[in-house]
Amino acid sequence: MRRLPLSVVMLLGWAVLALAAPWFDLHPDRIDLTHILTPPGSTALLGFDDLGRPVWDRLVMGARSSLLVAAAVVSLSALLGVAVGVSSAYLGGAWDRCAMRVIDIVLAFPGILLAIALAGVLGPGLDNVVIALCSVGWVGYARLARAQVLALKHRDHVLAARALGAGQLRIMTRHLLPLIAAPLIVEASFSIAAVVLAEAGLSFLGLGIQPPAASWGSMIRDGTRYMLVAPHMVLAPGLALLLVVLAVNLLGDRLRDRLDVRGRG
Amino acid sequence: MLRFFLRRLSHAVIVVCGVAVLVFSLIHLIPGDPVEVMLGEAAQPADLQALRHALGLDQALHIQFWRYLQGLAHLDFGNSLHSRRPVLDLLLERLPATLELTAAALLLAISVALPLGVIAALRKDSGWDRSAMAFAMLGVSVPSFWMGPVLILVFAVWLGWLPVSGRDGFSSLLLPALTLGLGMAAILARMVRSALLDTLNEDYIRTARAKGLPMRTVVWRHALRNALLPVITLLGLQLGALLGGTVITETVFAWPGIGLLVVESIQRRDYPVVQACVLFISIAYVLVNTLTDLVYAQVDPRVRLGDSS
Repeated sequence: MRRLPLSVVMLLGWAVLALAAPWFDLHPDRIDLTHILTPPGSTALLGFDDLGRPVWDRLVMGARSSLLVAAAVVSLSALLGVAVGVSSAYLGGAWDRCAMRVIDIVLAFPGILLAIALAGVLGPGLDNVVIALCSVGWVGYARLARAQVLALKHRDHVLAARALGAGQLRIMTRHLLPLIAAPLIVEASFSIAAVVLAEAGLSFLGLGIQPPAASWGSMIRDGTRYMLVAPHMVLAPGLALLLVVLAVNLLGDRLRDRLDVRGRG
Repeated sequence: MLRFFLRRLSHAVIVVCGVAVLVFSLIHLIPGDPVEVMLGEAAQPADLQALRHALGLDQALHIQFWRYLQGLAHLDFGNSLHSRRPVLDLLLERLPATLELTAAALLLAISVALPLGVIAALRKDSGWDRSAMAFAMLGVSVPSFWMGPVLILVFAVWLGWLPVSGRDGFSSLLLPALTLGLGMAAILARMVRSALLDTLNEDYIRTARAKGLPMRTVVWRHALRNALLPVITLLGLQLGALLGGTVITETVFAWPGIGLLVVESIQRRDYPVVQACVLFISIAYVLVNTLTDLVYAQVDPRVRLGDSS
């Protein structure tokens, strides 16, 4: 058996921890006033926070939030973006011009700023975070898919399929989509990192997942107030976040090299 | 060149119009009655009506939009609900701080990324290369809202070298600029490395070497000049991330710029200010990108002659 790369191991750890959380004996909301701001030690692996809640338990629940948001945002925005990108490039005409305009306009906003404004307007909460991040995220896939299909749609095999009477939907899904899968997978893997960071960022600003639910971003925000007396409150969620994002980025780099996709620098 | 210029400019105008429409519709995305959301549940019906009237929300949608456009043409973004002052005044007050921070972060990013990328490319696969790229990997992965507090803890609290937060002279600029610029430095360093590696394989570099030019001249005069073109485009695009990043960095360091104004205004439900800030930053970003494209086209004729899609 080949050895798994460290990044994959770390990501598997994240996913298992997040998915298996219900089977652990976790009490992320249990307040223990005698342990307020207790540093890591024998009573709790990562100590307690400012309300006397166990940091480890909240960290696992935070992993769950970030995994949930990442999975939802990446799959929804990839679906939407690829559908728009492939169809606009293949069908062309007014639909393509219209789609291009919308893509240009969304890209004109600094991504995180639009997400912050949307989350601020829609109000906090898990579903609004997903909506806000999807509204920003789909354009990357759309632009990439469009560019790829434009380069491919005049290939002989597409022409052959058309001559054989294949419908437009069939050509797009069976004859074009498989060929552009590699760059899309690479884009998706990098966007997991971006989404995890963005969710934590929104929660850090108080626009994301609401208390008492745990998010790494809001844990960092709460922790900064007690940084002098209880640095573990900031260090634990921050390192967790850093490791997950680092692992995703490393994996994205490997995938890009493996699938031989040239892309962002 | 003139045709390219006009085409690029008209594209920018269309995009700016689209941005304005999107920002206009933001306030209508508020679930429920926006006026009730702004004033809270305990508000009196008379107050609700007054605010609705003040914001023009009692008008038909197309009249609202027309008034909004008229306002924009006069640079009138309305008044803040919180301070009752014109939004434009608030924006202009905060602008210098954001410009200062963004410029400092940009400068820092370039001055770190350029040498790092060049060394990594020239000493490919060496220890230098590997540590520079490890640094870059770490730089793109570290969240700024975590790095900021950690930098404050180390440099402001433990070592006491720099102020914790606020905007008071050069020393207070260092930590926020470092926090904001690190991600960009990392991305740029990777880009400089890969662009320079590509260029170093070109025939004219071999010719220059064969002529007997010293490596230093070849790199600085011949290779880097061409390698920097894609880097400049990336720089323009990354500026968006930088501008967006000011929201978080300014919040961490209580830096009184437009980014902090966005967060404060969202918390106060002062939506006219949020709209104006988003509009302002996005238009600035579009302008910078258009300018980058034009400069690029001036430098490299392939850009304006090739197809523009």
